Amino acid sequence: MKQLLVFIRKEFFHVFRDRRTLLIMFGLPVVQIVLFGFALSSEVKNIDIIIYDNAKDVNSTQIINKIKASSYFIMDKEVTTYSDIEKEFKKGDAKCALVFPANFGSDLVATGKAQVQIIADGSDPNIAKTVVNYITAIVSDYQQEINPAGQMQYKINPEMRMLYNEEQNGSLNFIPGVMALILMIVCTALTSVSIVKEKELGTMEVLLVSPFKPVLVLISKAVPYLILSLANFTLILFLSVYVLDVEIKGSIFLLFVESTLFIITCLSLGLLISNATNSQQAALLLSLMGMMLPTLIFTGFLMPLENMPVPFQVISNIVPARWYYLIIKSVMLKGLGFEFVWKETLVLISMTVVLLSIALKKFKIRLQ
Amino acid sequence: MEEKVIICKELTKSFGDFYAVNKISFDVNKGEIFGFLGANGAGKTTAMRMLCGLSFPTSGEATVAGFNVYKQQDSIKKNIGYMSQKFSLYENLTVLENISFFGGVYGVRKKEIKERSEELIQTLGLQNETKKLVGELPLGWKQKLAFSVAIFHKPKIVFLDEPTGGVDPLTRRQFWDMIYKAADEGITVFVTTHYMDEAEYCNRISIMVDGRVEALDSPGKLKERFSADSMDEVFYKLARGAKRGE
Repeated sequence: MKQLLVFIRKEFFHVFRDRRTLLIMFGLPVVQIVLFGFALSSEVKNIDIIIYDNAKDVNSTQIINKIKASSYFIMDKEVTTYSDIEKEFKKGDAKCALVFPANFGSDLVATGKAQVQIIADGSDPNIAKTVVNYITAIVSDYQQEINPAGQMQYKINPEMRMLYNEEQNGSLNFIPGVMALILMIVCTALTSVSIVKEKELGTMEVLLVSPFKPVLVLISKAVPYLILSLANFTLILFLSVYVLDVEIKGSIFLLFVESTLFIITCLSLGLLISNATNSQQAALLLSLMGMMLPTLIFTGFLMPLENMPVPFQVISNIVPARWYYLIIKSVMLKGLGFEFVWKETLVLISMTVVLLSIALKKFKIRLQ
Repeated sequence: MEEKVIICKELTKSFGDFYAVNKISFDVNKGEIFGFLGANGAGKTTAMRMLCGLSFPTSGEATVAGFNVYKQQDSIKKNIGYMSQKFSLYENLTVLENISFFGGVYGVRKKEIKERSEELIQTLGLQNETKKLVGELPLGWKQKLAFSVAIFHKPKIVFLDEPTGGVDPLTRRQFWDMIYKAADEGITVFVTTHYMDEAEYCNRISIMVDGRVEALDSPGKLKERFSADSMDEVFYKLARGAKRGE
């Protein structure tokens, strides 16, 4: 036990003296969160809008003029059928459309109520959301203008529709995605590199000749990264809450438990990689290319998994980050409890057990 | 009769048809400096790995420090020190941290680590360098420090695998002074080397060719037997017969 502490202390020395490692570890989450957070939610201008005006009356024309006058929209197309809207969307020539029903003006005058429909291209959820907000604002602005002061005689009800991504997936989803990505990089890459480094330098040989148990070498390598990764996870949570104003809806305790589980999965992967490789470059390459790319692609936080070809969807099941992503998304963003994520948790646990036992077994064989 | 700390009887390691070590037998006495010579690929490292408890022999018998190499690898590990041909300290730890890490791994008590490391730093003349990272020290000092760390826990035997590779002649001489001092203190030194002048410093040497021990005696007697002027010549006469390449 005392030997283990001596060893763990040494590992901490290594980590804290290696500025590059520290930079990767704690710089990465900050950069990623800020990048994803702000790059995606900045103000949108010059949006191409399509008008589908079935009414062609005074009121609809007035609203259209207001939109024309706004600096946020460029209106250069009017269409005459619904299918034209989709054509334009597919070509990428427009991001949103405004549809007036045939009796817009007469409804408004006769009953005091009318509807418009806003259609937005949901494949870019942040832009879509912003656009919808702009149009809604313009419409309610108009509504105020035509209403006599203090009265609500006329009411225009904007109805929103998202094309391609109806559930609005993606706006905040990048946060669990970034968490999975960073934990994956930090745990897998750094552990595998730190073990292979000892092999490369020849110190591993000395350790193996010493009475120190090989399994303890693995444990003492894993412990510092486990602790640092949890610190890292806390940092990401803080950034999400205080910089990006994301509300954590579920239990923080559950988040930490699930993250610890995922970190152990990643550490096992790192140990496995370190068994298979003999140079730091190879270990790093394998962890980055072999782990980061699948994590980016197959978790579904950059592109929806549902839109992928079936073989890819099947492959995605063996990517641990995918399950972690699902868990965190459910707990953090949807506020669901353990009873909704136990299946995913079980998958993650079984993956960890398999990976860890292979890693330990291979490590022993190498000594004979 | 002298106490024997390493006893090898027909120790063999084969990988399929290939006999890396083929029935070698020798004894090493307590406090002896035993040179283990051989061309590259002769089987030195494989033999040494078996004696250090890093790999199991295929057949044959061996005891190291009184412990069986098949069954008591853990006890062997506690009683030996090891210095590899690669530099084996942590470059981004300081001198003191390296000492206390390896001392700790071998289970030396904290208080003892403190006392002995102070003593060690005195003898090595590293008083002003204790806070420096080992990576910043010149190679000669690193090697001397690595040796001191290898015998820090007072092992019965220390295995040195080509310890003086890449070191200048003066430092090599100083390094051998340290080896002599360790041997005087009763530590048995088992050393492999490619430098024939170093072979002359050993009490006895064995020369391995193609997995077998072809000669084993003191440097003087070996020279006599092969009617050679230097160990260089002895080695050349023996190694010339080797069939294995590098």
